[in-house]
This record gives sequence, C-alpha cells and structure tokens, in this order.
Amino acid sequence: MVFRRFESARAGEAEEAVTYSTSDDDDEIYDAENKAIDFPGGRVAFTPQIKFISESPDKRIPCYRVLDDDGYPIAGSTYEQVDKETAVKMYKSMVTLQIMDTIFYEAQRQGRISFYLTSMGEEAINIATAAALSFDDIILPQYREPGILLWRGFTLQEFANQCFGTKDDYGKGRQMPIHYGSKQHNFFTISSPIATQLPQAAGVAYSLKMDNKEACVVAFTGDGGTSEGDFHAGMNFAAVMEAPVLFICRNNGWAISTPVSEQFRSDGVVVKGQAYGIRSIRVDGNDTLAVYSAIRAAREMVIREQKPVLVEALTYRVGHHSTSDDSTKYRPLDEIEHWKTARSPLARFRKWVQRNGWWNDEGETELRGSIRKQLLNAIQVAEKTEKPSLEDLFTDVYDNLPLNLHEQEKSLRETIKRHQKDFPSDVPV
Amino acid sequence: IRSEARTISGAINGSRKTGKVITKAVAAQAESPASAASKPGHELLLFEALREGLEEEMDRDPRVCVFGEDVGHYGGSYKVTKGLAEKYGDLRVLDTPIAENSFTGMAVGAAMTGLRPIVEGMNMGFLLLAFNQISDNCGMLHYTSGGQFTIPTVIRGPGGVGRQLGAEHSQRLESYFQSIPGIQMVACSTPYNAKGLMKAAIRSENPVVLFEHVLLYNLKERIPDEEYVLSLEEAEMVRPGEHVTILTYSRMRYHVMQAAKTLVNKGYDPEVIDIRSLKPFDLYTIGNSIKKTHRVLIVEECMRTGGIGASLTAAINENFHDYLDAQIVCLSSQDVPTPYAGTLEEWTVVQPPQIVAAVEQLCK
Repeated sequence: MVFRRFESARAGEAEEAVTYSTSDDDDEIYDAENKAIDFPGGRVAFTPQIKFISESPDKRIPCYRVLDDDGYPIAGSTYEQVDKETAVKMYKSMVTLQIMDTIFYEAQRQGRISFYLTSMGEEAINIATAAALSFDDIILPQYREPGILLWRGFTLQEFANQCFGTKDDYGKGRQMPIHYGSKQHNFFTISSPIATQLPQAAGVAYSLKMDNKEACVVAFTGDGGTSEGDFHAGMNFAAVMEAPVLFICRNNGWAISTPVSEQFRSDGVVVKGQAYGIRSIRVDGNDTLAVYSAIRAAREMVIREQKPVLVEALTYRVGHHSTSDDSTKYRPLDEIEHWKTARSPLARFRKWVQRNGWWNDEGETELRGSIRKQLLNAIQVAEKTEKPSLEDLFTDVYDNLPLNLHEQEKSLRETIKRHQKDFPSDVPV
Repeated sequence: IRSEARTISGAINGSRKTGKVITKAVAAQAESPASAASKPGHELLLFEALREGLEEEMDRDPRVCVFGEDVGHYGGSYKVTKGLAEKYGDLRVLDTPIAENSFTGMAVGAAMTGLRPIVEGMNMGFLLLAFNQISDNCGMLHYTSGGQFTIPTVIRGPGGVGRQLGAEHSQRLESYFQSIPGIQMVACSTPYNAKGLMKAAIRSENPVVLFEHVLLYNLKERIPDEEYVLSLEEAEMVRPGEHVTILTYSRMRYHVMQAAKTLVNKGYDPEVIDIRSLKPFDLYTIGNSIKKTHRVLIVEECMRTGGIGASLTAAINENFHDYLDAQIVCLSSQDVPTPYAGTLEEWTVVQPPQIVAAVEQLCK
C-alpha cells in the first residue's frame, strides 16, 4: 500500500464545506465578464442574486479513518506505516495509561488523593499523537493528555508524586492532581481555566520562529473549550502571525454534562478552521493508526509551511468528567458501555497489532500485571514521602523572596511554634 | 524642584538589580537656555524616555520583544515604540489583532520559552480583558509550575484619568491588580524614572506592570547620558520636609507639588514622596518619613474603595501606628465612573486646593 501523504491532505480536495441555496448557473455569465470589486481585504466577485451561505453543509465533513471497528485496514486507506517496535510501544503505552487511570481513580475513591481525572476512551489520541510528534515539540495541554508525558518518559512514580503532592513533585505540591508540568519534557504546566493555553500557543510558536527551530507547538482543547473566547483569539492570532501551531481538539461529545449539541451548532470543530484561514482535518480519534498518520502529516505541514493546522479528533469520553462528576446522571448507561467496549480504541488497535503477530494474550496479562504492581508501589512510595516544606509556600511567587513574604513566613512560623499540636505533623517546617 | 535618590541598600527587599544606580537625580521642570548648554545629559519628553529605555534594552538583549496593537508600523498610539519596528523588524515589534487576552497570553507563552516580551495595552483599561492571563498565568505560573517556568514579562500602557476620555478610558487598574500574587507594579511619573523603571522592569525575572499616565507623556526633563537603571521597589523623595508626609504617585505628584508651593508660602514644610512602587510598597522610605513627621496624607487618583491608598493606609497603620500623631488622611477619587463632562471630571480628581486644605487640617 503506497502512502501518498499529500494526496489526501491537500486542502482543496476536501468535501464542499459550503453549499449555496440557489444554483451557480447565473454566476457564470457575470464571471465571464470579469466583474469583481475591490475592497479592503482583496477582490471579490459579485452576484446580483441574494444568496445566503447555508448554516450547515448538506453532508458533514467526513472523518479520516484507517482501521474498521474490528481492527482491519479499510480497503483503499492511505496511512503512514508503523513498524513493530513503534506499534508495540504505542499499544503498551495505551494499556499503561488505561491502568494508571483506573488505579489513580480508585485511589481517589479511597480518599488517598483528593481529585483525579481520567482519559478513558481517549488513549489513542493521547498516545498516537505523542508518537507522531518529536520530543522538541512543545505541548500546551488542556488536562486530558497525560499520555504525551507518559510517552516522553514521565515515570509512574513522577505521576504519583504530582497527584499526592509530595516534595518530589516538580510542581512542589502547588497544583491539584493531574495538573502536571515538566519543562524538561516540553510539557507546559496545566492551568485549570479552559482554553487559556490557546493564546499562549501563538507566543510559544513566536519563540520557536525566532529560534528557527524544527519543531512546532501543539495546543490541545476539548469540544467545550472551543466555546471560550480564548479559542477564537488563539486561532485567529496563530493564523495572522503565521505561527507553527498544531491545534488539536479532542471532541469527546461531552463537557461535563453539556453535550456538543448544546455547545455549538456548527458541524463540529473542523469547520471552524476555515473561518480563521486555518487548514483542518477531522479524524477518527479512536483509530490509533489514523490519528498517527493525521498528526504526522499535520505536523509536517505546520513546520514546513509555518502556519497553523487544526485537527479535530472525534472520540467519546468514556469516564466521568472527573472524580467530582457522576455522568450516569445525565447520559444513559448503555451509551457509556457501548463506547467502553465495542468502540474501545485499545481493543481495536490490539486486534491489528496481534494480527501482525506482534502481540499476544500472554504479553497482555503480563503487562497488565506488571503495570498494576508498579503503580501500587508508586502510590505506596508517594504516600510515605514527605510533603513539601513550609518554605515552599512562599518561594517562587517571585524570583527572590520580597520583604512582605519574608514577614508573612516569619509570622506563620511563630504561630506554628506557639500552637504546635494544632498543625499537621507530616508537613516539614 | 530637586530630588535625591538614595543609594540602594540591597538588604531591604532581598532582590538585587543589575546595572548602576546614580545617587543624585535631578528632576528639573524648567531651565534657562544659557544653563542648558553647559549642563550634562540630554533633554527629552517622557514618551521618548520610555522609548529610549526600551531601545537600549532591545539592543542589549535580543530576546526582548514588543507586542501590542499598532506598535509596529504605526509606532504606538503614544509613540513609545516609534521607529522601533523599522530598526528591529516587524517580528520583534509585533502588531497584533485586537485581542488583549490573546496577546497577553501570547506574551506568557513566549516568556515561558525564554523570550522577554513587553506587552503594550493601548489603554490600561483594555487590559481588563486580559485579566485572566495576567492573574492566573503571569502571576501564578512560576509558582504552580514549581519554579520550572519563569514569566519575565512587562505589561505597560497609559492609564489614569485623562482629559474627557470617558469612563472606560480613565481606569486606574492598579486597584484591581494589586491583589494578584506574583506580579510587581510600578508607576512612572517623570522622564527620568520612566526610563529607569522601564529598564528595570525589562531586566526583572518577575512579571511587572508598568503604569504610565495619559497626561504625562509630554513632560520634558533633562536626563543623564550615562546608562542607569532604577530599583523597582524604591520610592522617590521628591521634596524633603518636616511637618507632614505626603505620599503620592503618577500624575497626582504634580498636583501635590503645586499644592506644596502654596503650602510653603503659608509656612508649612511638607515632605513629598512619590511612592513609585505600588506592589510592594517601599515601607522603608515611607516609614523613615513617618518617624520624622508623624503625619500622613495620601493623595491618589484611585477610587476610594479598594485603591492603592486603601492598602497603603492599612500597611502604614499596621506598621507605624505608634509613630502617628493623627489619623491617616487619604484623598482619592470618588467611587464613580469618570464622567465625560469636563467640569464633572475635574471634580472627580483630587485638586491642589483640596490637598492644601487637608494638610492644614492635618497639621492643626
């Protein structure tokens, strides 16, 4: 199967995103006479007929897919070849992500951590994207992309350290669980408000442009995030600045309890790209090979042409929004079950990998057992590790401790000394 | 009017700034042509001083860049960036679409990856649209990332009450921003301190908000030819005195100095301090003054509720209560949106006669 990357990716060959309510016949007469008008922004042809652009296309933008539900390559599909080593690494990472999510979720339920948020159902987006990028690509995550850190070598212990807020956490215990950040892994610290990272992407891209680096910025958001003003601003800026940003929207159908039908009335997120002059593609987010190929192609475009690209990955949020949510309250149990089992990205990819002779059931059992053990161990270690000391309450607010914070720290220490038994004993002072 | 800047005793605030500090600052309002020729330094307007500081820093460090609306080819609405785009290229002096939240966010992203961006708000009031990026991201990301990412940005622009610019163009954003942990705030008031503070802000590793005032851009002063950088945390002694400490900043400094002339004629000796550093306050300079005079008058343009004056009053009461012979008096604008009508607008800003009356009352 020959992969001709640019054939399927060329923008002009996309399905007609826009339909007109009357026929185009009348236009030809006027076009022939070359009637066009100049306005700021360029030349436009004109038409004497009132025509409104339809609010929705006749057909929705189709979704790029390589494997069918049973993991068989679809006839005629073009995709980037994946070798055994990469495929197995991808599959193992997806399993690791799934188990990590399960165990940390359980830990929260047992009261061992305060909060957790899973990426269940979105493992393919997480891992296939990570595999398709280079280590130098800078990630601006929303919060459902820990798989990228995992792929880049973040250990299970490091994940646990952050969730438990120990002194080994790179964030020094200052952020709530799952708000990872690691400069060495080129993964920006997660900030809770939605979509605030999107305008920042243009700035990071600007930085890369100045440095002339062979890398791009990858900014994530969910379907809900596209409603934020920052989505509009970030997209528009990246387009105008010709910033090498790859925008990835994980359209998983739900923003806590808000379904996409109540989030926007457009044909999903992919059509919004054209509104900003940004090339876009819609991909089956549960198809590991499709995501891998699409991100590879998009990344190459972003870097070579130095302009933004939008990828909408359609998927389903199998888990609850977070441990503070019970999604069975607003969606049917059988819908969740269906996506969890019949449409699982892991099951689908596993079938393809196993059929290639690269994986087997024994490997599966062994892997799952091993990861589970490692995680339980990481949790135990994290639980026993000291919390960050009191001085970390005041450091890093500024580069050096200013006078008022010096005083506040002194005052706090004096209070603790006077009422020692009222303060937790496991926090080093 | 002569003012003396002290040498910095670095022990106070713990943060040291690189660059020389000169020990004497001359803030002359007018000078005769004869003496002008023989005097050292060069004369310029405040917006030119800002530009000079900016240009020197852009020459010194290739990572410094500017983002804002109309800052590039147009040269900035107040001409602070005039000529810079031609000199450094339109990537380093970048024109942005109208989205304050965007370009402030963009500055955060650029800063996190090693650049030193300066964000220009066309008017400070518009930066309210960038509040989230300024508070949650500029202010907090250094802390929440465990110190991994620094955000050395400068956010600057004209604010304060102008001449009939309407309520939305007359905002005093220092009130709203003062609570944000992680940022520093300074207000310039003369060409000398404008240039020095601009340079210090750019060199700082912390996010700094530099407040300029719409009506002060055309102030003229003679400033030194040699390079100088001021301290971000220091207040400026404008006029030493014995009877009362008057604390002020930005445009109100000039109303206070005008009132000071009247007060001197009436036999009073006010000590006028331009606090310059709005966050944190230079309580060392302020405290020394209070220990001497025992009376405090704060003159600000902020509104009565939640302004810089309100915080300063609290800080002084907490720290120097024993040294006060009278209650602190704070003159501020009323809690109203700034009206357009000239007469009403004048009544909403503290005027010299009010300052004179307040000092007389305080010194009874």
